[in-house]
Amino acid sequence: MSMILQYVSAFAVGGALCVVAQILIDYTSLTPCKILVIYVVSGVVLSGVGLYGPLEKIAHCGATVPLTGFGHTLCEGVKKAVSENGLIGVLTGGLSATAGGISAALVFGYIAALIFKGKPK
Amino acid sequence: MSGLFKFNNGVFIASTGNAVGKKEHEGPLGSLFDIYSEDDRFGMDTWEHAEGESQKISLNMAMKKGNIRDSDIDLVFSGDLINQCTPSYLGLSGINVSKIGIYGACSTAALGMGLCGVMIDSGFCQKCAAVTSSHNLSAERQFRYPIEYGGLQTPTSQWTVTASAAYILQGGEGMARISEFLIGKVADGGVTDANNMGAAMAVAAFDTLWRYFEESGKKPGDFDKIITGDLGEQGYEILLELFSRHNVNLAPYLTDCGLLIYDRKEQKTNAGGSGCGCSAAVMSAHFLKEIEKGSLNNILFLGTGALLSQMSVAQGDSIPGIAHLVRIEGKK
Amino acid sequence: MKIEKKKYVQYTKDRSPKSNCFSDSVRAFWVGGSVCFIAQCFQDLYKLTDMKDETVKTLVPVTMIFIAIVLTGIGVFDNIASFGKAGVLVPITGFANAVVAPAIDTKAEGYVSGVGSKIFSIAGPVILFGVLSSAAYGVIYYLVTAVMK
Repeated sequence: MSMILQYVSAFAVGGALCVVAQILIDYTSLTPCKILVIYVVSGVVLSGVGLYGPLEKIAHCGATVPLTGFGHTLCEGVKKAVSENGLIGVLTGGLSATAGGISAALVFGYIAALIFKGKPK
Repeated sequence: MSGLFKFNNGVFIASTGNAVGKKEHEGPLGSLFDIYSEDDRFGMDTWEHAEGESQKISLNMAMKKGNIRDSDIDLVFSGDLINQCTPSYLGLSGINVSKIGIYGACSTAALGMGLCGVMIDSGFCQKCAAVTSSHNLSAERQFRYPIEYGGLQTPTSQWTVTASAAYILQGGEGMARISEFLIGKVADGGVTDANNMGAAMAVAAFDTLWRYFEESGKKPGDFDKIITGDLGEQGYEILLELFSRHNVNLAPYLTDCGLLIYDRKEQKTNAGGSGCGCSAAVMSAHFLKEIEKGSLNNILFLGTGALLSQMSVAQGDSIPGIAHLVRIEGKK
Repeated sequence: MKIEKKKYVQYTKDRSPKSNCFSDSVRAFWVGGSVCFIAQCFQDLYKLTDMKDETVKTLVPVTMIFIAIVLTGIGVFDNIASFGKAGVLVPITGFANAVVAPAIDTKAEGYVSGVGSKIFSIAGPVILFGVLSSAAYGVIYYLVTAVMK
């Protein structure tokens, strides 16, 4: 039962986060790039004030997969690194925690650029 | 200064050629175009080269149809939407003609025709060509987002047409006569939304058309059709509204190339087609044929351009418009 | 003939058809939800193996990024996005698309100065502001914990 609940909450929370962005797109003149930035920064802030952790516990991938989750990972990384290594953690924590995702995007992205060509729409 | 040039010595369109992409070929006017490219590449590797090649193809087509050699052409005015008119120079570099690159955003076709008229009517040139192109993918890349990016479109946005057209003009005789040319003024309605270029261009279209009626003493009813370049749904309706506020009913005469080239619902092009190739190719493939057949005899062709640059939009400036007008008459 | 800019801009805004926010949001909801659902499936699948929790946590976004990049490469991601709207842009899939789309686009300008620099053209700001804000948080966190001691 808890398994089903887990999937339902991932679906619902992930979907809801996307709806908020859709409303921003339709009602403001924000570019997609700015919306992504807003999402990452909101993720950091929500994580910093201690709200995102509990959300992740409930929604799992529904919270980690939207870009707010990227902000949350950055924030958690910094927090951990600062507790372990002091002030230097401010600079090392964020990118270390998100290194996998960023590197994957860059490595796969570059390889894709070698293989694929743009197509007419 | 009035700015309305009357070509009294006779300026004629000798021949015209055009080339379009796949989507345009699939549109309502698809069968009228001379040549189309199945993959929008026109046999080239990059989109800018493809666009240049489309200019070359349409100029060659016009020369072939009119039985004209490149050595007969004194001067070519060519333009597109890309920085430094790159495709114009890439495409026509292999053809041995004197050349001037022009930028009029999407109004380039009418501007080029008018400038050819000036050169011919003044006697400096015997034959001139006006070549225009736009390409959906080179424009997308420069003005909006990378081609494969999933950015979202709004209902007022327009679809840049992949098309090119060439007109060869001469004195003496031809399929249609260009009798008047009015160069537009920059008109700024304060629009900042790059996804609503129709609204940005409509003020310029109104300004030029109004000035033309004032200076020539003519009225809309004197013409079979008034053809705007690429106002799209928004710009078309705004232009009608601006005229009706001055108690002029333009609706029976006004038509827009951007609304004709696609089936907007079916082909998902939102407010319609845009880009300088749009009016160039629709005029070349559709309206000039109507004039040759005699079903149209006296038209105003109003090229409309939104003077959009990525830099000025990023710096928060509004998007001004410009519109150039040529009057084209049939033989009757 | 003078056109008052303010009035004209307002007029053009008022008459523009709006995106149908309700239907857009419904789509964004179920497409976005599905993306997270799929990610959840991968997460549970990986958990069945003997991988460490930390590895799974990294591997899930990596998988989603991989899928988005392949879909972009074969030219269908933008079609999915025009249907699913924010539903694919806001999840990590949108970030991956933002990295690969400009990269593919700038091949002709060279693999170092073209692809190499443009790969960050949309995703760069996201990484930058993420790092900036997390660093700001780190400083606050450091000061707060120092005071608490």
